Amino acid sequence: MAERRNTRKAARGTAEAGGGTDGPAPSRLAVRKTYKLYLGGAFPRSESGRSYPVTSDSGQHLANASLASRKDARDAVSAARKAFGGWSTRTAYNRGQILYRVAEVLEGRRDQFTAQAVAAQGLSRAEADRVVSAAVDRWVYYAGWTDKVAQVLGGANPVSGPYYNHSAPEPTGVVAVLAPQHAPLLGLTSVVAPVIATGNTAVVVTSETAPLAAIDLAEVLATSDLPGGVVNLLTGRVPELGPHLAAHADVNALDLTGAGGLAVEFERAAATTLTRVLRPGPGTDGGEEAWLDPDPGTARMTPFLETKTVWHPVGT
Amino acid sequence: MPVPHTAFAPEATTNRALRAFLHGLPGVDEVGARARAQDLSTRSVKTTAKAQAIDLAISMVDLTTLEGADTPGKVRALCAKAAHPDPTDRTVPRVGAVCVYSDMVATAVDALRGTGVGVASVATAFPSGRAPMEAKLADTRRAVADGAGEIDMVIDRGAFLSGDYLKVFEEITAVKEACGTAHLKVILETGELVTYDNVRRASHLAIRAGGDFVKTSTGKVSPAATLPVTLVMLEAVRDHHAATGRHVGVKPAGGIRTTKDAIRNLVLVNEVAGPDWLTPDLFRIGASSLLNDLLMQRTRLSTGTYPSPDYYTLD
Amino acid sequence: MIFEYAPAPESRSVVTLRETYELFVDGAFTPAEGGEYLTTLNPADETKLAQVAVAGPADVDRAVAAARRAHETVWSRMPAAERGKYLFRIARIIQERSRELAVLESMDNGKPIKETRDVDLPLVAAHFFYYAGWADKLAHAGLGPDPRPLGVAAQVIPWNFPLLMLAWKIAPALATGNTVVLKPAETTPLTALAFAEICQEADLPPGVVNILTGAGETGRALVEHPGTDKVAFTGSTDVGRQIARSVAGTDKRLTLELGGKGANIVYDDAAIDQAVEGIVSGIFFNQGHVCCAGSRLLVQESIAEELMPLLKARISRLRLGDPLDKNTDIGAINSAAQLERIRELTDTGEAEGAERWSPACDLPQSGYWFAPTVLTGVSQAHRVAREEIFGPVLSVLTFRTPEEAVAKANNTPYGLSAGVWTEKGSRMLWTAERLRAGVIWSNTFNKLDPTSPFGGYKESGYGREGGRHGLEAYLG
Repeated sequence: MAERRNTRKAARGTAEAGGGTDGPAPSRLAVRKTYKLYLGGAFPRSESGRSYPVTSDSGQHLANASLASRKDARDAVSAARKAFGGWSTRTAYNRGQILYRVAEVLEGRRDQFTAQAVAAQGLSRAEADRVVSAAVDRWVYYAGWTDKVAQVLGGANPVSGPYYNHSAPEPTGVVAVLAPQHAPLLGLTSVVAPVIATGNTAVVVTSETAPLAAIDLAEVLATSDLPGGVVNLLTGRVPELGPHLAAHADVNALDLTGAGGLAVEFERAAATTLTRVLRPGPGTDGGEEAWLDPDPGTARMTPFLETKTVWHPVGT
Repeated sequence: MPVPHTAFAPEATTNRALRAFLHGLPGVDEVGARARAQDLSTRSVKTTAKAQAIDLAISMVDLTTLEGADTPGKVRALCAKAAHPDPTDRTVPRVGAVCVYSDMVATAVDALRGTGVGVASVATAFPSGRAPMEAKLADTRRAVADGAGEIDMVIDRGAFLSGDYLKVFEEITAVKEACGTAHLKVILETGELVTYDNVRRASHLAIRAGGDFVKTSTGKVSPAATLPVTLVMLEAVRDHHAATGRHVGVKPAGGIRTTKDAIRNLVLVNEVAGPDWLTPDLFRIGASSLLNDLLMQRTRLSTGTYPSPDYYTLD
Repeated sequence: MIFEYAPAPESRSVVTLRETYELFVDGAFTPAEGGEYLTTLNPADETKLAQVAVAGPADVDRAVAAARRAHETVWSRMPAAERGKYLFRIARIIQERSRELAVLESMDNGKPIKETRDVDLPLVAAHFFYYAGWADKLAHAGLGPDPRPLGVAAQVIPWNFPLLMLAWKIAPALATGNTVVLKPAETTPLTALAFAEICQEADLPPGVVNILTGAGETGRALVEHPGTDKVAFTGSTDVGRQIARSVAGTDKRLTLELGGKGANIVYDDAAIDQAVEGIVSGIFFNQGHVCCAGSRLLVQESIAEELMPLLKARISRLRLGDPLDKNTDIGAINSAAQLERIRELTDTGEAEGAERWSPACDLPQSGYWFAPTVLTGVSQAHRVAREEIFGPVLSVLTFRTPEEAVAKANNTPYGLSAGVWTEKGSRMLWTAERLRAGVIWSNTFNKLDPTSPFGGYKESGYGREGGRHGLEAYLG
């Protein structure tokens, strides 16, 4: 813990207004935020009681984040499973409304996220602004996809016989997402939004080094009518949480974007229960700028969809 | 006789009770019924089985003439053929019955006396059934009085389709009473009932009302006896037997022209209702041209060569 | 009276068997380097049909190299419409030779000629015909404006529908511009080798299709070969897991079509006679050697008493025997090993307390046979309700409410198929919506069509075969 004490002495970042440590005592002491996990719609601490310090790009201490444990991961999967039935059977229109609401709430808090990006990632004000704008727009983008993806990917099949035959995509279930390590807001949004737009629920391991944006985002999700458990955010370490999620039999799919060097090991573990796997794509290890494409298409939705085909005879 | 299963015995015979009973029967999925009939029609019946089937089919034929142009001469010729389908081969069985209009019954009875071939008469304003009840009953009584052992009545399809099941039921019971000891075959005219659900309901209605046979068609409406229709009717008599112990017969009529058609029907009987029904007492085929094809195939099977139609009488 | 159908055997004379079959590599039949052969039997009488070369690693190298060469020099460069025409041509040859192939399939597999003739072969030809038409229309498939083939596909298929599974694998792969190395199952290699001859007859460029025969080791060498871009496997979930593990860390794309434990839900308002047919075809079609079989009958308690006698009467009518007899409904179990597994699991079911019933049924003296069997009083906890038996054994469970039906149906790691029988449209759709399975048959069962995507949820695998969806697995 010695390391932690040292770090704590370092200056608080600019993310908290009025939090400067130099000079005379401020006229008003800022109220700092405790960063916790986002699990089943609530903000608990890690059951392990552990936390870890989060520093800015330049090494300044920003806050302590909860260090999620394997048991937290298990709880997150349970919460996601519990939420799946309700979320997946909501109308696509309703899911779209909620995702759009996320965009609205995020837009309203863009200053906070911009400041966060500047402080945590060392982006310029303009860069941060661009990233936050893109993140808002990403929610809007997937809000629009919710009630179109079935039409684009499904349809009637002209079978040779007196049968009505129809295929439609359905969410695969609980998706464990290892979020991009170096793109804590836009990258995170880009991997989570498509998962839930299609009716899946998510257990997300956030960027280890820059997890604060994720928890700030959780506050947006929690106030956007998104049912608890649809998105569960774990701040912590991929090497600790990843193996557990990859091998978890109640996880239906695995997004390995932020898995780094462990991707192959996780893919192997996932094979045991035939968990669907989205391998890390090219460039996804980069920073927020790697996620700026405004039209990412269906590529991050189809891996988490199952095609269900229904037959019925046609007769009198 | 076992006591009828309650599900098949509405307590009071009211239209409401009949409706509840008939609409409580399981539905028939058209595609599934057709598929089952199609599957059974791929049964390959060859050699000894075929020979057996041909003779059985001959014995089940209700040799029929139901034309406005029927004359006593035509009917007598048909009766001769019915008693001895192949004059050159006495091993050929006789047919089940001759089926004629009621005014030809006396002629047929005369011609068939001592042959063992039954006389069936259509009645009740065949084929449409559109006549006053008194006329239908008079038609029936006359045929029975002239010696018909079997009456093929038509149901009032209009009444059935309009939901007046009680009218259909009461007509059948009245005709049944008029039949006395004569067997009653109830023609559903399935081509006008159209759906298999209707075929199933009409079958059970006719069975409930006392019909000894349910018969598909008059032969005057297309489609007549299709395999899926016969399948659904066979299921009805099978289920009625399972519930009550009573055997009711089935008679497909119209459109069965070839040996292959006839054998497909027998396969259906064998595999749907069961071997109990493989007797002229419980299965008949209403046909006219079928008999010659059965005879030709019979010859081919025994001689190994294809005969010419010229060797078979046209009657 | 008794109406016994006389034997009506389909003639074997349409099939000319060679004593020995070699590997089909680069357009020619060539011996395996190891010089090893395996024998393929007729499971209906245990007679030897032929000996077939066993491909080893060197042969896999050779075949993959031939496929790569063909992909790069010919197949991916050819105008797409021309590629399609090869497939149309193959479809036509299959139609022309369909009786021969049906008889050969029945001999090698043990399945009734009625099925190979009326189901397998028509579907095989239709599958090639369907994907042939896609070859020059891929830009319209909704997979991007310029979808590209992946390259070389390694394909491993099972023994239950040998030629049909070959068609499911090869037709979409070729239509999308890939070349293939395919391994048929150890016990049913002959129709794949006949297909190799058809490729020759169609003047398909050498190396586009390569057929390697052999057992599990050959399959392993093929799916683990580093020179392929795609692995497609149909077979057991256990092998599927191993393959998924082995392709991890490679750039290979993977589709898996694995096991199932399909639930067939019969509600009390079902069209009962058609439901009985659906239950029978659901489990006894192809001796129950069907991954999408309706092996768990879930019947509403209020109708069970009415349904079971009808079902048993119907099963008693099934005709078991010579697969080449046109009246045979149930043929031979494909292998001694499979028969042993069916016996073992069924015995377990009985030992666990299920009541076992089979109709009176004479089994032939030689060959591998198992009478159609119904296990009643099965509960979700029994092994026979959880494990895939892959044989003519139906486990019967009951339920009381639609919620319970769906919960029981979904209570399995598999998710390939399910059936729903009800005359009520809204209940059908309600149920279909909640079933976690890739194919839902409502008021029908075991229907397949080239335009209709097929594949599972959960541990039944991933990816879809058939239809527009089936193209996705072969395009990048």
